[in-house]
Amino acid sequence: MARTDTKRDVVIVGLGWTGAIAGIELAKEGLDILALERGPDRSTVPDFKYPDVIDELRFGIRYGYMQRPKKSTLTIRRSLDEEAMPYRRLGSFLPGDGVGGAGIHWNGQTWRPQAQEYRLRTYVEETFGADAIPEDMTIQDWGVTAEELEPYYDRFEYMAGISGQAGVVNGETIEGGNPFEPNRSRDYPLPPLAQQPDSLHFADVARQMGYHPFPRPAANASAPHVNEYGMQLGPCNYCGFCARYGCLNYSKSSPQTCVLDALKRYENFNYRVNSEVLRVNLAEDGQTATGVTYWDAEAEEEVTQPADIVILAAYSIHNVHLMLLSGIGEPYNPQTGTGTTGKNYSYQMNGGTTMFFNDRQFNPFVAAGSSGMSINDFGMEQIDYAAEGFIGGSYMTCGHSNGQPIRGIAVPEGTPNWGADWKQAVGEHYGHSTSLGSHGSNMSYRDCYLDLDPTYTDPHGRPLLRLTFDWKDNDIRMTQFMRQRIEEIVEAMEPDSWQSSYKEDGATYDVRPYQTTHNVGGAIMGESPQTSSINRFQQAWGQHNVFVLGASSFPQNIQYNPTGAVGALAYWTTDAIVNQYLPNPGPLV
Amino acid sequence: MSHPTYLNTTRRGFLGGTAAASALALGDRAQAQDAPPLEEYTPEYLSAAEWAFVMAATARIIPSDGAGPGAIETRVPVFIDLQLAGDFGNAADLYMEGPFKPDAPDTLGPQSPLTPAEIYRGAIERIDAACTDEYGNVFADLDPTQQDEVLSALEEGPSTSGNTPDMAEDAGGGAPNTDGSTAFGLTPELKEFFSLLVQNTKEGYFADPMYGGNADMAAWSYIGFPGARGSYAEWVGREEDYPLGPVSISGERA
Repeated sequence: MARTDTKRDVVIVGLGWTGAIAGIELAKEGLDILALERGPDRSTVPDFKYPDVIDELRFGIRYGYMQRPKKSTLTIRRSLDEEAMPYRRLGSFLPGDGVGGAGIHWNGQTWRPQAQEYRLRTYVEETFGADAIPEDMTIQDWGVTAEELEPYYDRFEYMAGISGQAGVVNGETIEGGNPFEPNRSRDYPLPPLAQQPDSLHFADVARQMGYHPFPRPAANASAPHVNEYGMQLGPCNYCGFCARYGCLNYSKSSPQTCVLDALKRYENFNYRVNSEVLRVNLAEDGQTATGVTYWDAEAEEEVTQPADIVILAAYSIHNVHLMLLSGIGEPYNPQTGTGTTGKNYSYQMNGGTTMFFNDRQFNPFVAAGSSGMSINDFGMEQIDYAAEGFIGGSYMTCGHSNGQPIRGIAVPEGTPNWGADWKQAVGEHYGHSTSLGSHGSNMSYRDCYLDLDPTYTDPHGRPLLRLTFDWKDNDIRMTQFMRQRIEEIVEAMEPDSWQSSYKEDGATYDVRPYQTTHNVGGAIMGESPQTSSINRFQQAWGQHNVFVLGASSFPQNIQYNPTGAVGALAYWTTDAIVNQYLPNPGPLV
Repeated sequence: MSHPTYLNTTRRGFLGGTAAASALALGDRAQAQDAPPLEEYTPEYLSAAEWAFVMAATARIIPSDGAGPGAIETRVPVFIDLQLAGDFGNAADLYMEGPFKPDAPDTLGPQSPLTPAEIYRGAIERIDAACTDEYGNVFADLDPTQQDEVLSALEEGPSTSGNTPDMAEDAGGGAPNTDGSTAFGLTPELKEFFSLLVQNTKEGYFADPMYGGNADMAAWSYIGFPGARGSYAEWVGREEDYPLGPVSISGERA
């Protein structure tokens, strides 16, 4: 069975952060919009209501809000020679599912990249010489600047009600903020969150060492906030159930709390759930998209949905999957370096040191998702790449975002994983440890990319996406540099004991333990159709009526959590659609 | 700590259980103190021999002696049985399409064609057979020292799952599985058994009581986790012991 529905002005694939932003900004223009979400509908009530959402097993461990690999997954290998295996059970990363997408289950860390991160290749070549870039490293410039994007970061932060302390406003450095952040036009909309004793201890020691601690910018409201759409956030109550959970308290910024109820009031906006887009349909000449075809799970039939504009707003890897399945751009070839679709997948290089303070009480269950104090003294712009022998940077944060016991209670090295000693250790150490972590950049490389798997298929019979990725020496050197800096601070914090966990020489990517859901690249933005999939307005080079939103646009990963940049770029692109594309449809570059 | 009298039973005692326990179906928010004693529990999934194994193994993984409750007092075996009978055991969320390469490197994630429930079934059968060969008894009838030897040997087998605390966020990655050797005759399809067993035991210890374990929220009380209270704004920045005991999702207090 199959049907063809009436043409729309715009079809949006995925209704998470970027789909919601594009939806409301284009709905304001009076366009007839249909958003297609493959997962279920979700609202704060009933889906995130107290007490049902405070269920670690169901949501934190069994991943109740995440994509089920049975319905959607990919295969993974570490090199061109390895046979890729299906990601059968979630582990290393947790793509979201349903309305709100990953925007419901994040911790809310909301950053602006440093200015040089958008022009990384040029910055490195100018500052350290082209020889500083290893032969297999394929970093690129984004084609946009921090100055151009500043108003769009501001827009996103005020829409999402971010809590923080500005560091640089209109060229002036503000005490207590991040002095290394790019210039901003005004402060955050909300003051910083309150902090726990472990974070404050770190901040005191870091300050004494000459560093510049500041509260981590948070999409957890520190005070009531009403945004431009009339949506209201209430103050966070530090429930300790943030990442992996929907917010029970209307405090975490999400499509639900910040956009969707306002968006649903536009009669020219509609959305369908349980509607998985199978492919983007192209015109015969391939120069434009004609719409999409999706699977309507309720009607159990394929639906052809014509549209004038197609906006891919799925999770990063799924944007790339759809492009590969639909023939949008030439698939990237790691042997020749030609083609662009799937190019420059990158991840995030993190590490951390756990500290035990036997006589202190940190009450880890008292937590907002983005509680914690950070320093950026070892950021991308603060490091001499020539002297240190790597390209990259990191921010560091002390604090905890939850005290959920199944997800892990830190115990001293050497403690058995079971038995009487394990039981004794969890009793002794729960509440008496904290960590100082490094959240670092990850460069892009010739052989880290996405393509279609030759063997495994999804429930619709489509080839699964195949991820080829491994850790590289440059990034391992970066994290080892951060380890040394962190251990100096840790010793000054004087814990009873501590232990470190950073990737070391020869580390291979292990898909089992959770690391981070910051999968970026594969449909990268840039300055030329020879080297990027989309232009600086996130518009496909080859099909001017296709826009691709999300972290799939990043040519390499930034040192920060991606959502701030994802949100700002969504506003940047929708502004370009409204003010440039709609009056004169065609390539914007 | 002293044990409830219902724990002073033999394996034969709980093998002869009644059907009264079916009241504790998955998702039923029956209070643990209303649930039947363990020896009267009738497993939903596990056979009598498998139940005996899980009782004995979880009692070593989180023993009852020393501070804090053990797996038995907190009814972890009930949790495991109900999980295996439900979506978790049936791999309802997992990608289970072939071809399967169960001997692929561990670091590429589980590749067994078997569901978690099938892994338990297959592994327990082989471990009991191996224990009978080696010690003359099935695992449940070994003495605790022998049981610990068996569990240690299983742990040293080729599979270790990503069971690290979030804050450690795995640094070096686990060592790749370099050989096909298996402890106790566990084939590659079954190699994840021990890490599943330990993980599920800890889940049952710390999960909300509505899933059958963490009876009386005793594991939460032990470590000082207040459970599903969900609001601590008044306690931010205070370095003092939190004064209230845990509450469960159904509203029980301990």
